[in-house]
Amino acid sequence: MLALLRNQKIRGIIFQLLTVIGLVAFLWYIGANTVANIEQRGIQTGFGFLDGTAGFGIDQSPISYTEENTHGRVFIVGLLNTIIIAFVGIICATIVGLIIGILRLSSNWLIAKLAKAYIDFFRNIPLLLQILFWYNVVLRAMPNPKQSFNFFDTIFINNRGLYFPLPEYNTTFFMILASLFCALIASFALNTWANRRKIATGQDFIVFPFAIGMFILFPILAYFLGGAHLNFSFPELAGFNFKGGKTLSPEFLALTFALTIYTATFIAEAVRSGIEAVSHGQKEAAVSMGFSPYQSLKLVVLPQAIRIAIPPIINQYLNLIKNSSLATAVGYPEIVTVFAGTSLNQVGQAIEIISMTMLVYLIISLVVSALLNWFNHKMKIQER
Amino acid sequence: MKDRKEIIEIKNLNKWYGDFHVLKDINLTINKGEIIVVCGPSGSGKSTLIRCINYLEQFQEGQIIVDGIELVNDVKKIKAIREEVAMVFQHFNLFPHLTILDNLTLAPVWVRKMPRKEAEAMAMKYLERVGIANQAHKYPNQLSGGQQQRVAIARSLCKNPKIMLFDEPTSALDPEMVAEVLDVMIELAREDKTMVCVTHEMGFAKKVADRIIFMDAGQIVEENTPEEFFQNPESDRLKLFLEQILSH
Amino acid sequence: MAIYEKKQERKAPSSTKGVTFWIRENLFSTPLNVALTLLGVMILFWIVPPFVKWAYINANFAGTTREDCVSGGACWVFIRMKIDMFMYGFYPSELRWRVNSVYGLFFVLIAAFKYLKSPLVKIALAHVYFIVGFFLVHGGFFGMEAVPTDKWGGLMLTIMVAAVGIVAAFPIGVLLALGRASHLPIIKSISVTYIEFIRGVPLITILFMSSIILPLFFPEGMSFDKLLRALIGIAMFEAAYIAENIRGGLQSIPKGQYEAADAIGLSYWQKMFLVILPQALKVAIPNLVGVSIALFQDTTLVLIIGLFDLLAMVRLSAADSYWLGYETEGYVFVTFIFWFFCYSMSNFSQKLEKRFNTNLR
Repeated sequence: MLALLRNQKIRGIIFQLLTVIGLVAFLWYIGANTVANIEQRGIQTGFGFLDGTAGFGIDQSPISYTEENTHGRVFIVGLLNTIIIAFVGIICATIVGLIIGILRLSSNWLIAKLAKAYIDFFRNIPLLLQILFWYNVVLRAMPNPKQSFNFFDTIFINNRGLYFPLPEYNTTFFMILASLFCALIASFALNTWANRRKIATGQDFIVFPFAIGMFILFPILAYFLGGAHLNFSFPELAGFNFKGGKTLSPEFLALTFALTIYTATFIAEAVRSGIEAVSHGQKEAAVSMGFSPYQSLKLVVLPQAIRIAIPPIINQYLNLIKNSSLATAVGYPEIVTVFAGTSLNQVGQAIEIISMTMLVYLIISLVVSALLNWFNHKMKIQER
Repeated sequence: MKDRKEIIEIKNLNKWYGDFHVLKDINLTINKGEIIVVCGPSGSGKSTLIRCINYLEQFQEGQIIVDGIELVNDVKKIKAIREEVAMVFQHFNLFPHLTILDNLTLAPVWVRKMPRKEAEAMAMKYLERVGIANQAHKYPNQLSGGQQQRVAIARSLCKNPKIMLFDEPTSALDPEMVAEVLDVMIELAREDKTMVCVTHEMGFAKKVADRIIFMDAGQIVEENTPEEFFQNPESDRLKLFLEQILSH
Repeated sequence: MAIYEKKQERKAPSSTKGVTFWIRENLFSTPLNVALTLLGVMILFWIVPPFVKWAYINANFAGTTREDCVSGGACWVFIRMKIDMFMYGFYPSELRWRVNSVYGLFFVLIAAFKYLKSPLVKIALAHVYFIVGFFLVHGGFFGMEAVPTDKWGGLMLTIMVAAVGIVAAFPIGVLLALGRASHLPIIKSISVTYIEFIRGVPLITILFMSSIILPLFFPEGMSFDKLLRALIGIAMFEAAYIAENIRGGLQSIPKGQYEAADAIGLSYWQKMFLVILPQALKVAIPNLVGVSIALFQDTTLVLIIGLFDLLAMVRLSAADSYWLGYETEGYVFVTFIFWFFCYSMSNFSQKLEKRFNTNLR
């Protein structure tokens, strides 16, 4: 019996068993207390509240929403707004991050130093502070609607937000949208064909001008085919505020600016370290083989740099998505603000609401991690 | 327990990594004070074999008895065996965050609960023997490979082990440092220690080995005295192996 | 056969060195570079002079009232008058020596670090320091007046939340990292689940959980104050990130180190604490400093659950009807404080990283 206790495997099993018992006991204790507390305070349980009327308004919603809608609908609106802000933030942060990262490696001393200053400055300031700064200091300092900054009578900026014209959704508009999509597909197809031809015959085919041509020609064709009937809705001053066009609220703008600027510093660093991680020897080998600087970048440096840079960049996307929850500080109606905030205050069912909110982020994180793992697996350099 | 003659007994040892059969029916008896050299091509299982002797590797079938203690999964017995069996690794495996002296006293202080002063005195004695007492307060990475390996030997001596296992102790060294380590090993061989060395140093084998064991594909192919081993190799595999390593 | 005489050394041609050469090479080498340089100069001119004008040349430093701010630049008088609030929150002014002495003890701690070698002893000492510091600030024993945590605020609270968060999270993080590296399947999966769950959700949801749901977990009479609840949430959050970084350190330790420790007869815990962790932590330190920077920035989130950290104090002061309109000065001030702390820390970690890269192997 005693000898059995000295067996490493059996020890391991006993240790794990004790851990599980401890954990279960702890969870049981918590669970029992929670049930008792909930009963005592008369808090409702279950997910019935999702069908209850919300009774509060949300000023920005991609789908129709009124005060009479349910908390379930609030959840959907919040989720969609989270997705919108995350999507916009990711695109803007990637563009800014790439540019700053490349400038950081510029041979121009001044530009490289400015890019470094940008990174060192913004990554060392809390994101929440940046959001509040944009919202409370910069955007609040904008003029009132009557004295808006006016760009060619089409774009207006004031303390109520940013206004810009929006095309009406008619046949012409959708034709143009479809044509752009076609141009994109055709460019990819052309590129694939050119690569195949290059491999088969050795002849070069420059895709770029053709792609540009398609992106210009296709929408023009679509415009006429679709009835040459494209209407824009322009923002116009009506009374104390603007009507028509599209409005981006100050909350949305503050959040987008801060998320973009903050996350871009990390993306820039990932880009820089990816490119710098490709050893000097690789570049020298490429040049000695007679590649032009462009070819050595395209064929030797970038394929290796991308492998290194993509995983940290995707991690930053994940951070950006999680950080979008700071919207609650300025009241942009994403999931934490409206669902874990307003709905929670009204219903009081904290456990259900916060679990649902966490689950949303958890699912997003798991999906993104799965993508990342897939990428890492696919990109792994084969080693013995 | 009076002078037991055989100190290591290995009976029908079989080991698999997954489905890969690394050790096939190994039978080997090693007597007290014997110097055994194990050689063979890479992947033949020779390192795995000696790592089984101090239970760094577990095995699925067979029996190993070290100084009367049977190796089973029992923390007390494993501890007892590791008290008696010391190991010197190919890559030294000194602890880089500790000084040379601390590397040597770690086990005596924490495992044998020896007072630090006493442990240090003993450590210095062994450092003296391997000829690097003057480096006692340096860190491993400040020493050359040969010096590090000598420290590793001194560290294993600190347990005053009955059996010393050497896992290719010279193959990670630059050529000019091999000799200094082999000298220490030859010195040890003259004492009463039982030694099992996995090595390709055939000069060393000729000089000190009592028996040489040739392994290939997970099994013992030939076992002989050094003279017979080099002059009259029997199996074709050993002939080929000797040809390959002696042809330069 | 030819014999060559020894040549004299010559200076490099003057056209390939000196200031003008450097400027030509680094700023004006190609037309694109010229354009970029001009763009850079424009950006600098657009940002730096107006800021210097506002923050220094036209700024108001002297005086005690808002009427002293007349010149149109920044009104630093506002910061000067409110600085005590920014630093200590509502902590009673006659007891502030206690906070200051904790700051002072910090330098004693740093000095002690110079004489200590083992990282584990250092970590243990740091823990002792933070626990002593916490009780000194809190008081309520040895005849010291207790200061309830709702009086705590400002930079003091920010630093405390960050420090206590890390200190409380560290041991949990170490255990989680060991759990994740363990061969025991249940221990491993518990650790992985915890780490991945925490890393998958935003800090704000965990703070909501700890401030709203946590009280439900415990029996009626047991009450936690708001600060403690925030600290529990932050420590839970931080432990997962610390664990991941330590795991990175553990992975960098070669297998031979484990084997050598086994071979000389150390037990599992001896092996981990004497051999593996000291090395793993050393490798992980630069990343752990990175985590600390992130946590220091994340402390600002406690304002959302109603604690008055530095940022919240500044917002509160800027909302003071007497000082209305000086929000910008407040934000610039907090920005500077946070930037200074985070930038110093990140410089420190970069230096450490460089030192390790040259020292290790």
